Amino acid sequence: MSSIQLRTGAPGARILGFGGYRPRRRVTNDELSQSMETNDEWIQSRVGIAERRWASEDETLVEMAVAAGGKALAAGGLAPDEIDLVILASASLKEPIPGIGPQVAHRLGIPRPGAFDLNAGCAGFCYALEMAGSAIRTGSARNVLVVGAERLTDVIDRGDRSTAVIFADGAGAAVVGPSDDPGIGPVAWGSDGDQYSAIEIVGDGRAIAMAGQAVYRWATTKLTATLEEAMAAAGVTPADIDVFAPHQANLRIIESMHKRLGFPERTVVARDIVTSGNTSAASIPLALSALLESGEAKSGDLALVLGYGAGLTFAGQVLRLP
Amino acid sequence: MSEDIQAGLAEILEEVAGVSPADATPEKSFTEDLDVDSLSMVEIATEVENKFGVAIPDDELANIKTVGDAITFIQKNRG
Repeated sequence: MSSIQLRTGAPGARILGFGGYRPRRRVTNDELSQSMETNDEWIQSRVGIAERRWASEDETLVEMAVAAGGKALAAGGLAPDEIDLVILASASLKEPIPGIGPQVAHRLGIPRPGAFDLNAGCAGFCYALEMAGSAIRTGSARNVLVVGAERLTDVIDRGDRSTAVIFADGAGAAVVGPSDDPGIGPVAWGSDGDQYSAIEIVGDGRAIAMAGQAVYRWATTKLTATLEEAMAAAGVTPADIDVFAPHQANLRIIESMHKRLGFPERTVVARDIVTSGNTSAASIPLALSALLESGEAKSGDLALVLGYGAGLTFAGQVLRLP
Repeated sequence: MSEDIQAGLAEILEEVAGVSPADATPEKSFTEDLDVDSLSMVEIATEVENKFGVAIPDDELANIKTVGDAITFIQKNRG
């Protein structure tokens, strides 16, 4: 009887380039306060958001994902035909069939790659990054395009101040390729499915309802251990972290995690939420591209990332920035 | 006993929400009188759990409206 042979993969995987797409329309807190009972002070003190981007009709999930993916390919210096797997992380598809990964790949001119959608809520990007790295290490793919794309304004009640001031739209992408020196650390991930109803789409309006206090408590008490696990698994300590880029859910959660972990002064903290709102699976690549573009983060920096959200799901890694 | 709890709670309120200890009296409502928002209430609950060794589930937290409610809860549930 003949045995099944396996492919040989690369020793490690690393991110070669990031790309992002931010919708054209800026929505300020003052604009929101005209249509619901809220104001700039209330929003800034609760969630730390000054403005967010809302997608217009022509800025569909596919269009935004293609734009972000194209920029990531260019940043990574890869041609479309060098990609053989596309993972599209999103939690805001209006219709689940068909998934949009294959269409995004096609639009980018990537010929017949493995392509699928992944829904792990706001943890989607970090889950997809782990799948990308695994595929490269096992030889299932040579180069992978990971995209997080969201149109959360399609799934919010624009009159509900507990969600409408927070959730926003956008896309962020990363091209992942093989490397001898690992650039994506081991994932620390998991889920707390007993809290499935903490963030869910409900009602006739099919809008997100969020148990804000429960999610806040979960994020600020349970996830520190996940961040510590991701660092320990990668063999680094807070003193080694140049950039801390957790999911941009709420500025107060970011500050609380930052305080608890005890990073050195020089560690740059991603606060993209201030101008982008919560873009779910797109938030981490958007935040990291912004820090690289502004020069606050540099190529070769070590970044600690953590996605967490609906499910509830969570996943964190240590990354070497491209 | 309740004085010790009140003093401990006042320390937490000062640390988390910048409430002056003199203002942390039993009749005060967290949100109405002390300007503590819903997320700061979560932080206070976490600190109370650590300091007093009690568990405050989310549904119980919703019933704690005043400093006095918190003192009573801690008294009842502390082992």
